[in-house]
Amino acid sequence: MYERFKMRAEGVGAEVHRFATKAETAEFLLRFLEGEGVADAAGCYALCADEFLREVIGPARLQAVPGLKFEVSRSLASRARFGISRMTWALADTGSLVQDQSAVAQRLVSSLPTIHVALVASDCILNGKRALFEHIDPLKSRYLAFVTGPSRTADIERVLTIGVHGPERLVIVFVDELGGEKP
Amino acid sequence: MRKEFKEKISRAVNDPNLTGALGKFSEAYKVNRARAYEGMDFEALRSEIAEIKSSAACHLDEVAATFQKNAEALGAKVFRSSDPQEVKRYILKVAKDNGVSTVVKSKSMATEEIHLNPYLIENGISVAETDLGEWIIQLAGTTPSHMVMPAIHMTKEEVAELFSKEIDERLSTDIPRLVKVARNELRPRFLEAQMGISGANVAVAETGSIVLVTNEGNARLVTTLPKVHIALVGVEKLVEKFGSVAAILEALPRSATAQPLTSYVSIITGPTENDDGSQKELHIVLMDNKRTEMARDPKFKQALQCIRCGSCLNVCPIFRMVGGHVFGAVYTGGIGTILTAWFDEMRKSEEIQGLCIQCGNCKEVCPGKLDIPEMIMEIRRRLVKDQGQSIAQRAIFGVVNNRRLFHGMLRAASLAAKPFTSGSFIRHLPLFLSDLTDGRSLPAIAAVPFRDRFAGIEQPQGKEKAVFYAGCLIDFAYPETGMALVKLLNGAGIEVVFPQEQTCCGAPALYSGAWEVAAQNAVDNIAALEVEGADYLVSACPTCTVALAHEFAKTLETVGREQWVPRAKALAAKTVDLSTLVKRLVDAGRLSFREGEELVKITYHDSCHLKRTLRVSAEPRELLAKAGYELTEMHECDTCCGMGGSYSMKLPEISAPILKNKLANIKETGAPLVAMDCPGCVLQIRGGFDKDGAGVKVRHSAELLAERLREEE
Repeated sequence: MYERFKMRAEGVGAEVHRFATKAETAEFLLRFLEGEGVADAAGCYALCADEFLREVIGPARLQAVPGLKFEVSRSLASRARFGISRMTWALADTGSLVQDQSAVAQRLVSSLPTIHVALVASDCILNGKRALFEHIDPLKSRYLAFVTGPSRTADIERVLTIGVHGPERLVIVFVDELGGEKP
Repeated sequence: MRKEFKEKISRAVNDPNLTGALGKFSEAYKVNRARAYEGMDFEALRSEIAEIKSSAACHLDEVAATFQKNAEALGAKVFRSSDPQEVKRYILKVAKDNGVSTVVKSKSMATEEIHLNPYLIENGISVAETDLGEWIIQLAGTTPSHMVMPAIHMTKEEVAELFSKEIDERLSTDIPRLVKVARNELRPRFLEAQMGISGANVAVAETGSIVLVTNEGNARLVTTLPKVHIALVGVEKLVEKFGSVAAILEALPRSATAQPLTSYVSIITGPTENDDGSQKELHIVLMDNKRTEMARDPKFKQALQCIRCGSCLNVCPIFRMVGGHVFGAVYTGGIGTILTAWFDEMRKSEEIQGLCIQCGNCKEVCPGKLDIPEMIMEIRRRLVKDQGQSIAQRAIFGVVNNRRLFHGMLRAASLAAKPFTSGSFIRHLPLFLSDLTDGRSLPAIAAVPFRDRFAGIEQPQGKEKAVFYAGCLIDFAYPETGMALVKLLNGAGIEVVFPQEQTCCGAPALYSGAWEVAAQNAVDNIAALEVEGADYLVSACPTCTVALAHEFAKTLETVGREQWVPRAKALAAKTVDLSTLVKRLVDAGRLSFREGEELVKITYHDSCHLKRTLRVSAEPRELLAKAGYELTEMHECDTCCGMGGSYSMKLPEISAPILKNKLANIKETGAPLVAMDCPGCVLQIRGGFDKDGAGVKVRHSAELLAERLREEE
């Protein structure tokens, strides 16, 4: 399932990683952010709508990375370079991620920044939409969001171009020991 | 057709940017769409969707009321209206009540349908389209030329020019840079807008949910950042059950843009919290605007099964030549013609319905199982019924309905045309067949029609009997095709009967909306073709075969001449196209071909009616291969040749470039010979090659097969 998901997601321009432990994942995230030049300045910082990093990494190590913010607001999100959130389901047949984004912070960090980093529990990969519809209930999840690759357009001369209004990059990180809603 | 309309068409087909972009796209689309549906049962999926949508359309009012109740229970405000003016006033009122001065919009055809933008702007509200294509055409001040790709008609140079003006900076034509400009320009508008307006791709009654499908991510911002969100939803978007959304999401992106799924899908169920903690004001406007009326019309109810994917535009050989703007309305292409006839008025579609060549491509790919060609035929019928035929048409069909006069004129034509004949082509076909020769020569009327040659052929007796229905073209222009058919059937020991009273199959009248004329043709033919003891009714013209097998009964039923219907159906049951019959005879060992000779390479052109109505495409290929030909397939072998009966006379501006493409695809194979099973296609393609001078031979399969027939004893 994972391999199929990875192939599909990469096929639509997403970057896909997988780690066994939370600690490895957290280390990867920090190294990734540092490698991409995360900094405490407008257009450079990362906004987290998930407590994952704070739960896994000690405050000392976190403080060593400048520009990691955990209080999500509209104005912060509009100037963030990175948005980090957790997505609930992955769909293997289309390489899509799905999450209940009723909480507006979840939408802000996944739609306004240039790079969206999405954490997913490895055991939450479903076959496709039909299987997903067995698990979702719109009355409980008021804003269900499907994300498949980065934002794209082909409106000028049918040339595929990445990053119109949403993120230019979608980095998907599967975590084996991240307990999710089991399929 | 008015001169202005013809001029619009000429401008479009002569616009290399437009036809280049559309042509490239439609070629790629076919391949990519097939790939997107790989491994899926498309027939099952579209049956499911057709069922879902048709079920909702059967009781729209009830479904809309359920939606309203459920959405309101969650805190949304639902406004239902059948009047576009009222819808606009409501939206303006919501804006005024909330002190809105700026609006961001994500793509919505329903808002285009009611011309919402100019209305809001007139009332002092600034409106920004945020879908890139929509923003481009907003800046250009034009209407969308395609439902899914509104700016497909524009080049990057034109876009760079528009954007340069907008941001007052000289921009190059680098597309990623232009996209970035749009991102940077529109981002502050998203952030400052007090109201977002969207459409919806699906609305679910059971849960009060709306579903939005986008690639750019603008709908997510439009529904998240402003404190007020209005979704304008045509009631045809309603489905009853939440589970139905999955099926539509499987088909919509695949059919629209050949993507397994778009970048973003949002399913919104009631209002959510804004980022300042307040509750979002969510208004859902369910707009009827003639849709219920449409649902009550048995012929047009199926139009509500449309999921607005635009695939009917993407595969249309006409749309790829003219683009959307010649349609002169918001909705374009095949489905656009139907929606314009309803949402505006029937008369508005008078010209654009004539653009349909009835090739049936759209019907093959429609994920909602709409029979668009049939609905366009019905529009034609109603237009003729309400407004009558033109004087010219009345004169023509007056002749066609009188066999003796009609055939007499065709005989006279063979004499009258003599001075103009060059080889087997004439430069000006006389009588009503217009004087069009641009890009194609027209055939001479044969000196001796088939009906006069038939008597000289001795027929085998005693075994089986086939009634041959020739049709006008084989009878009067290509009698050699008829002779070949007789030779093939006689070769299998079948007696051929040719009733002299047979006349025009009625297709020209039917496809022009003159159903009464077509019905009279049907009646005359039924009376002529009922031959005691006949096993088959066979034709070598797919359009005639379709008339015999399908249209006679339908036409007679529609015009109320029911007493003829059982007789039409009895004939239909015996009707078979020549290829299918010959294939059966070969398989049964009753016919065989000479062996041992190496024949030339051949390519095969599929005729629209044969492939898509009669579902015959393998048989002629197998027969030609058995006869010794080496088959090589051309690009787009089943794309229309542009003939379409009288279409090529009415719209030569479109027919000619379609033919040109066909000729190029044939030439590209390098085959010196092209076969086909339709005398209409022979007329078009042979005439094209006569003008083109490429020296490719154009033959009806029947003749090629008859030449190779092994004659025993």
